Parts: sequence; C-alpha cells; structure tokens
Amino acid sequence: MSEILVSARGLGFTVDGRALVAEADLDLQPGTTTILIGPNGAGKSTLLKLMTGEAKPVAGTLQVDGEPLSAIPAWKLACQRAVMAQQARLAFPFSVYEVARLGVDGIGRALSRERREAIVADCLSAAGVIDLAGRRYQTLSGGEQQRVQFSRVLCQLEAGRSVSERQALYLDEPIASLDLCHQLALLDMARGIASRGVAVLIVLHDLNLAVTYADRLVVMDRGRIVAQGEPAQTLDDALLRQVFRVDLSLSRAPAPGLPFLLPQQHRGLESPLALPGT
Amino acid sequence: MSLALPQAGAGAGATLGRLIAGQRRAATFVVVAMAAGCALLAIVAIGQGAVSIAPGRVFDILIAWLRGDAATLEGRDVLVVLNIRLPRVLLGLLVGAALAVSGALMQGLFRNPLADPGLVGVSAGAGLAAAATIVLGDRFLSDLIGRLPFAALPFGAFLGGLASTLALYLIATRGGRTSVATMLLAGIALGALSGAMTGFLTFLSDDRQLRDLTFWSLGSLGGASWTKLTAVAPIVLVLLAAMPFLARGLNGLMLGEAEAYHLGIPIQRIKAFAILLVALAVGASVASAGMVGFVGIVVPHLIRLALGPDHRLLLPLSAFGGAMLLVSADIVARLVVLPAELPIGIVTAAIGAPFFLWLLLRRTSLIDV
Repeated sequence: MSEILVSARGLGFTVDGRALVAEADLDLQPGTTTILIGPNGAGKSTLLKLMTGEAKPVAGTLQVDGEPLSAIPAWKLACQRAVMAQQARLAFPFSVYEVARLGVDGIGRALSRERREAIVADCLSAAGVIDLAGRRYQTLSGGEQQRVQFSRVLCQLEAGRSVSERQALYLDEPIASLDLCHQLALLDMARGIASRGVAVLIVLHDLNLAVTYADRLVVMDRGRIVAQGEPAQTLDDALLRQVFRVDLSLSRAPAPGLPFLLPQQHRGLESPLALPGT
Repeated sequence: MSLALPQAGAGAGATLGRLIAGQRRAATFVVVAMAAGCALLAIVAIGQGAVSIAPGRVFDILIAWLRGDAATLEGRDVLVVLNIRLPRVLLGLLVGAALAVSGALMQGLFRNPLADPGLVGVSAGAGLAAAATIVLGDRFLSDLIGRLPFAALPFGAFLGGLASTLALYLIATRGGRTSVATMLLAGIALGALSGAMTGFLTFLSDDRQLRDLTFWSLGSLGGASWTKLTAVAPIVLVLLAAMPFLARGLNGLMLGEAEAYHLGIPIQRIKAFAILLVALAVGASVASAGMVGFVGIVVPHLIRLALGPDHRLLLPLSAFGGAMLLVSADIVARLVVLPAELPIGIVTAAIGAPFFLWLLLRRTSLIDV
C-alpha cells in the first residue's frame, strides 16, 4: 500500500521561454494527503496540470504506477485519477444530476445502469447537493457549483475503482468559493478518501487549513519546490518571510502541536503592496 | 460515503429516483412520438402538390411498393408518388436530418449554441464551389464536365464543403490540439471570403447562370431523384450511425476540454471524426438541395429547451426534428404559389428566424455564449 503511486522527477514546463515549473520532484503515496502551497504564480496549478497529464512537460519524467504517463491511454488514466479544476463553466444547461453523471458515463460503461445510478446518488448526497439534483447547474451559486463538481469527481473515482484500485485525486483550490462549514467538510472528505488508499494532492491557499489537513506539505516558489515534508517541520517563520513575504510568526496550537498563523499580527505592519501614489 | 458533510433529507434519494424515471419516460415518449410524427408527415407530404393524393391512397401505394408489387397498381398517381414525390420527401427527410444533426454536433464541439455549419463557413465553401461550377464550368471546364460520370455541380459543392472544413481545421490545429475559439473565428472569416468570391462570380455571370445561382443559394428539393438519393443516403446514414459514438464524448466536452480529457474522453479523435462527418453531411446536403439555412440552429435549440442538452437524446431527436422541419417547409414551398414553387431556403428562414427570436426572448437564460 505504501508503494509510490505517482512519481515526478525533474519536471519542467516552459511557456515563451519562461519556466513556470522547473526541476520538480514529487511523489504521491496511496493513503497520503499532500497539500501544495505557495504564493500566486508559484506554479502550483501548472505542476498539477503536469501531474494529471493535461499539460506535457518539456523536461523530466512522470510515472503512474510504474508506467510513463504518456504511455497510458486516456480512458485508463481516467480510471486511475480524477481531477477537479479551479473553475468549471458549463456550455449548456445540464442539470446537477447530469453533471455528476458525467463522472460515471465514460469509465463506468462496464457497470450496470443500476450501479451507475446508485454511485451518482451516493456521491451527490456525499457532496451535500442531492437536494439540488434537478436544478440547472447555471442557476447555482459558485460554492454549490464547486460542490457539484466535487460530486462528479467522486463519481469518477468510484466508477474507476472497478478498473484500478490504485487511484489518485487532484483538487485545485477546491474550497475557494465554499463557506467555512463546507470547506472543512470537503477537506475532511478528501482525507477520508485518502484513508481508503487514494493518493490525494490538493492545491490550497489557506495555510492554517493546509497544515491542519496535510500529511505532507509541499511549498512552491517561482516554479520550484522549495520545501516538502511533514507540516510541522516544513513551515517556519523564515519560509513565511522568504516565500510568502509576510513577516508573521507561527504559533503552536495546544493539542496536536500544529503550527498556526494569526493574520491579526499583521495590523500595523508594513504591507508588501503599496497603494498607487504612496 | 459516510463522511461529515451535511446530509440531505431522507427523501432525497427517492426524489432523485423519481426524477430519473420521469426523465426517462419523457424521453421515450418524445422519441416514439417524433418517429411516428415523421412517418405521418411523410405520408401527408407525398400527397400534397399540384396533383393532390389522399393519405390513404399514398399509404396503399407505399405498402405495395415495399412489397415489390407496385406494378399491379393502376393510375397516374402511382407514378407521381413513386417517381416524383417519394424521392423528394425522402431527400427532404435526409437533408433535414443531416443539417440538424450537423448543427447539434458543431454546437457541442464548439460548446457554443450559435455554432452552425452555416456560421463557420462550411455551407459557404460548398456554395462557392457550386457557384464556381455554374459560372466558370461552362467557360473553362465544359469538356471535362461533359465526360464526368456524375453531375459536376453536386460533386463540386461537396468538395467545396470538405475543402473549407479542412482549411478551418488546419488553421485551428497547433501541435495536435484544435482550438475551438480559433476555429469559430476563422470560420467566420472563411465564410465571409467565400461569400465575397461567390458575389464576384455572381457579378461575372450571365442571365441563365444567375437564375441557377439564385436557385442554388436559396435551396430547393425540386431536383430530387432516385439517383441523387443513392448519392446522399449513404453519407447521411453514416452520420446517423455515428451519433451514439459521439454523444458521450460531446457530453463530456460540455465541461471543457481539460475536464473531458480528465474524464478519459479521446477529445482529439472525437473532434476530427465529428468535423469530418459534418463536412461530408453538409457537402452532401448543399450538393443535393442547395443552401438551406436555420435548420441546424433552430432544431437542436428547441430540443435542448424541451429535454435538456444530453447529446444521447439531442442527436437522434435533432435528426427527427430536422427531417420534420424540412419536409414541412417543402410542403409550404410547394403549395403557397401553385403552380410555381418557392425556394425552400426562403421558407426555412421565414419560419426559422422569427421562431428563433421568439425563443430567445422567452428564455434568455439558456443562452450563455
């Protein structure tokens, strides 16, 4: 079980001569939640795109379950990993049920219709959107849409399980438009999925949530992975200053001893951005 | 899943079940109703025209013909039905289905409810080639055209549609990926260019050629024959047979190309396949019936309004709907100015355009360009 599922070595990606990702080494293990943090433009989403196969790296190797990713056919890859992108617009007014069903339609072809419908119903209620099943996707709020997309991704993992037991889940800022209750609930669920043996990689902006939910923390800055490891050992004041450019000091939460950060300290300190004309 | 998200009420699962069952029942009903409607409309359409024939008589003639003993029937109307009206109505059904399905495919592919073979220049390319054959054929190619084993005009239109689609595809494809936005914009440019060149040809043409050009650019089913049918039918049947293989992929594409890829859909293959099919079907339609507008936009849009955008239902229902629309338009075209005949493109545009506007005013929320 602990064997590495996705292994990236020296991954690089360049656009117009600018390296968006360079020399990235990253392993994803089944059962582990890895959280990727970093300032805007650090290359987090690009690295995620490389890991999922959406973008082709210009350098380095990427293996999924021992096979080079480029050699795996699209349908098989879809059984091995599910991806939730930052934002998903829908071209035509599908209902919530139909959006979730897209997750099982292709790769669940071998399953019976009853089984597919059961998967969709389960995943809709797991994401807390089953009451919206008949609504048109476009009429939902941003947070509700995000939860519907999450249920679609759950459907894909569940349907893919019949082909490949070893799976990865990629979430790119999955909680950006969620309220606090659903933020925690979604991250709880992502950890729950990891505990069933899925390798989970999440891009997150909230450092407090990142250290709370990560088994492994990966920090990126200007296209490079600058630190990775256990959250408590990885994040420190120096890193905050260098990478995130905030002069705040971490505290330790009483019970599990995890570091946390109070932005309240920042009141009265000098800001990295200045208003025009000052 | 037994995780800590706020759980839905206990009745939610049952409600969902009812929703799915209801949708499936509605879908089955509409498919059966539209298939039956198509058959009925065809029988009525065969009866209409300069010589009016009762639907019962049409039905008897068709049954006898299907049994292979039509020779035993007497009367002039048997010949009218079998040699003139039946090929005309069948061509109407095929061309209508081809145009509507092509429209639905393009809208799915471009993820844009306005995409249509007419809009992205496929029809314009076919029309240009047809105009070139009409105007320049006599001057430069008469020897060659005289020796061809098939009609040069339809073949030219067909090649024109294929060539403009191919150009579009090559312009929009970089490094193995086809950009849908580029293709849409390039299509508009190519369409305008084809239009300008067609205009120039119109300028060059003499009176007889001008009449031919007008007929062509407004469309008509008047030239239907069994020979034409045997050329068009295989292409349209291939298009219809391919629908189930494209529907799932197009559904996935609604989420965006990256998401479709993540879902394991072979997007590049689906795009290439769908584009080729559309070029073939539109080329064949323009070749046999001229330029007929609005079928490809109105029909899929109406079906989306009624039953949602699921392509597994949308594609076959568009085929039925397009077939019905074109055959109805042809009845109108044949009857309003008896004994003459209106070009069918005038009728489809006159019905289609106001209807489309009405749809837009009624349900603006469905358009999200």
